Amino acid sequence: MKIAVCINHVPDTAAKINISSDGKNIDSTGVTYVLNPYDEFAIEEALKTKEKLGGETVAISLGGEANKETLRKALAMGIDEAVLLKDESYRDSLSVAKALADEIKSQGAEIVFFGKQSVDYDNSIVGQLVAELLGYNSVSTVVELNISENKIIAAREIEGGKEVVETSLPVVITAQKGLNEPRYASLKGIMAAKKKVITEKQPSSYQNYVEIIEMKKPAPKQQGRILGTDVSAVPELVRLLKEEAKVI
Amino acid sequence: MANKILVFLEQRNSQIKKSSFEAVKAASDIAKKLNYEIEAITIGNNIENLEEAGNYGVNNVVHFKNSQLENYSTSAYTKILFNYFNETEAEILFISGTALGKDLAPHVSAKLDCGLVSDCIALKYKNNELIATRPIFAGKALMDVKISSSKKIFVLRPNVFKAEKVSDSKAEVKTINVEDIDLSTRVIEIKKSDGKLDVAEADIIVSGGRGMKGPEHFNLVEQLAEVLGGAVGASRAVVDAGWRPHSEQVGQTGKTVSPTLYIALGISGAIQHLAGMRSSKYIVAINKDKDAPIFQIADYGIIGDVFEIVPSLIEEIKKVKSN
Repeated sequence: MKIAVCINHVPDTAAKINISSDGKNIDSTGVTYVLNPYDEFAIEEALKTKEKLGGETVAISLGGEANKETLRKALAMGIDEAVLLKDESYRDSLSVAKALADEIKSQGAEIVFFGKQSVDYDNSIVGQLVAELLGYNSVSTVVELNISENKIIAAREIEGGKEVVETSLPVVITAQKGLNEPRYASLKGIMAAKKKVITEKQPSSYQNYVEIIEMKKPAPKQQGRILGTDVSAVPELVRLLKEEAKVI
Repeated sequence: MANKILVFLEQRNSQIKKSSFEAVKAASDIAKKLNYEIEAITIGNNIENLEEAGNYGVNNVVHFKNSQLENYSTSAYTKILFNYFNETEAEILFISGTALGKDLAPHVSAKLDCGLVSDCIALKYKNNELIATRPIFAGKALMDVKISSSKKIFVLRPNVFKAEKVSDSKAEVKTINVEDIDLSTRVIEIKKSDGKLDVAEADIIVSGGRGMKGPEHFNLVEQLAEVLGGAVGASRAVVDAGWRPHSEQVGQTGKTVSPTLYIALGISGAIQHLAGMRSSKYIVAINKDKDAPIFQIADYGIIGDVFEIVPSLIEEIKKVKSN
């Protein structure tokens, strides 16, 4: 059984985001990049699935040379192989999904994990797109998973609760925070990861259907009012909530 | 020539959701500008308030019906929506970005090989093109995009577009009984989290942070949320500390929210938290630290101890409400 996990290299959530001069990208100067937080849950689940069902795990990432850092982190956590689909040009989500689907197919992976969303462009769609392109079953935003060779039970987060989904292999699962506790890479794992080869491949190019016109910063919020420093400010706050915000 | 907008109406518990009516209203505004027709599609079993869609600007609704479609199924819903969108002359599909919409829309997009824009917060029509604005990096930046494929899918963020009634007319419903249903993924159970309002859908959110000093003090946050009829939210710090469930987390690795009122109690306002709630209409911050970044985006701030101010605030609101 081959288990794939698709991962992304993104600006740290603590990073300030500025727009580049062409207005079509972000300015990455001084920005620290990390493994996408949701992908940590995907990696952990891939490792747990291997421990349960056996097989091999492969991490796949599409992007530039810098993505190798994130692939190394996956290897250090215990993933067996890593593939970099090297391409730094702009791709919309469907074009990314097509390149990933090609690689998953050539790997013959029947269980595929994604983070439920990349915290850069926040589309939350690539996992579902890949599932449909491959004709795999899919469950997104998963918070509980029980996977066996003939049956998959996955709970996904919905408004005000969870829905429990039953399906079967082959499958794409997108991981939500809460699915598991990602393990830390051991020192042994980190050392071993340094020696592993990251396979580089050239992904096919596909037409983009979504075109970026412009990126911009949101309008700054007007500085608000400090109403006071103790309980005497409460009546004024309640008046404003009633008369200005009209929520009471 | 394609000249129709299709809107997906989502039902849960036999009721069309408010967020779907928001999508109808947004779609009907665009349809008027483009001089396009508008039609709605829904999937489910018995649906009680389907005709109400007419109030928001759509006169025709197609209802794909079967008792097995009462709960969501990725596989079954994808096939039905794909087939209908593919066969009709509709050029544009609008769908609300709920848990269901976010799952369903990309499946249809991949099957059709067409462009999809998720999480739209504004739409405009310029030089014969429909342009969508969407937040990226959890709202630290915004992006304007357009779709070049002949079919186009726009997923709208819930709670942003307003579901305003535009008429009293009832929609005409055409029911199609579905026979062949693909249940390769199917919901076998729905677990409700004790009837609490979800932050993603709430119009008022009261969130607590590390300043609440411990999970045992969140009853204050809950009480304030209750008197206001709002939902309870939490900062990443308190979720990571295990005080509150992740489903309540607001911020870049939690939920991005835009309620009418957001009250931050004992939340300093880390950049990833601000990103997730800065588009709230009114922001109230109560925090001991006068330099807390949350005060920079708060409309109304009180610099003080949450344990003194919040009980007084709850009493004052009760008083005003009872008058």
